[in-house]
Amino acid sequence: MRILLLGAAAFAIAAPAAAAPSDPQIAHIAYTAGQIDVAAGKQALARSHDKRVRAFAQEMVRDHQAVNEKALALVKKLGVTPQANPTSAALSKGAAAKLKELGRLKGAAFDRAYIANEVAYHRTVNGALRGTLIPSASNGELKALLETGLTLFTEHQKHAEHVAAELR
Amino acid sequence: MRPGRLVLALAGAAAAAALASPASAAPRVATIVIDKMRFGPAPAGLHVGDRIVWVNKDFLRHSATAADRSFDLDLPAGKSGAVVLRKAGVVAVACKFHPGMKLQLNVAR
Repeated sequence: MRILLLGAAAFAIAAPAAAAPSDPQIAHIAYTAGQIDVAAGKQALARSHDKRVRAFAQEMVRDHQAVNEKALALVKKLGVTPQANPTSAALSKGAAAKLKELGRLKGAAFDRAYIANEVAYHRTVNGALRGTLIPSASNGELKALLETGLTLFTEHQKHAEHVAAELR
Repeated sequence: MRPGRLVLALAGAAAAAALASPASAAPRVATIVIDKMRFGPAPAGLHVGDRIVWVNKDFLRHSATAADRSFDLDLPAGKSGAVVLRKAGVVAVACKFHPGMKLQLNVAR
């Protein structure tokens, strides 16, 4: 089920939609994706006792909160109102199921599942940024923020892959 | 003298002064700006005793951490910090939070 949901979200952002997402939609998708990873990081900080997993989760909460604060300030400055859309909805739905699923796990099983999901999630989001969101963004400042985000989240993906290898 | 020539002459004098300054010149201050998940270029002609000011223009927390542990500077979003170079040689620097951010300093005696 979770794979289906994640797959649906990935497809929704990666697929060349009939119409490219607008800036208000892109802002909503990017913000939602960030909030999802902050929530996942907070769950990990509440459940994990592994030093490496906790350090990773702290980094996710800190960095994604910082990006989202920057994004909120930018949309305010631009007078853009983020607009809900099916991609954001699919992301939120998938994330809610994932939080519930991980909430049933403990110890090493939780750590492995959380990190495996972080690897997959960053891969999906980075693919969407590269393939759809950045090319579709029309405002220069929004595009620049998404590009910095992609560089940052690529670091997160590498970090998650590194922790995943250590936990194996 | 036309203004352009004056500028050229001044630039030439500055370059000559820079070339002529001995290795034992007074310590100088160099600035490295961090922006958009990247370290700015490494300053040329660094020597032991020089001070490097790191300016974090990003909205993200970074660090300037030497691989040889000679310095480890925490750089919260929008903040600056300084280190004094204590060792000669090639110093590999990375951000400990985002290890893909790298910079190499060449420090002469």
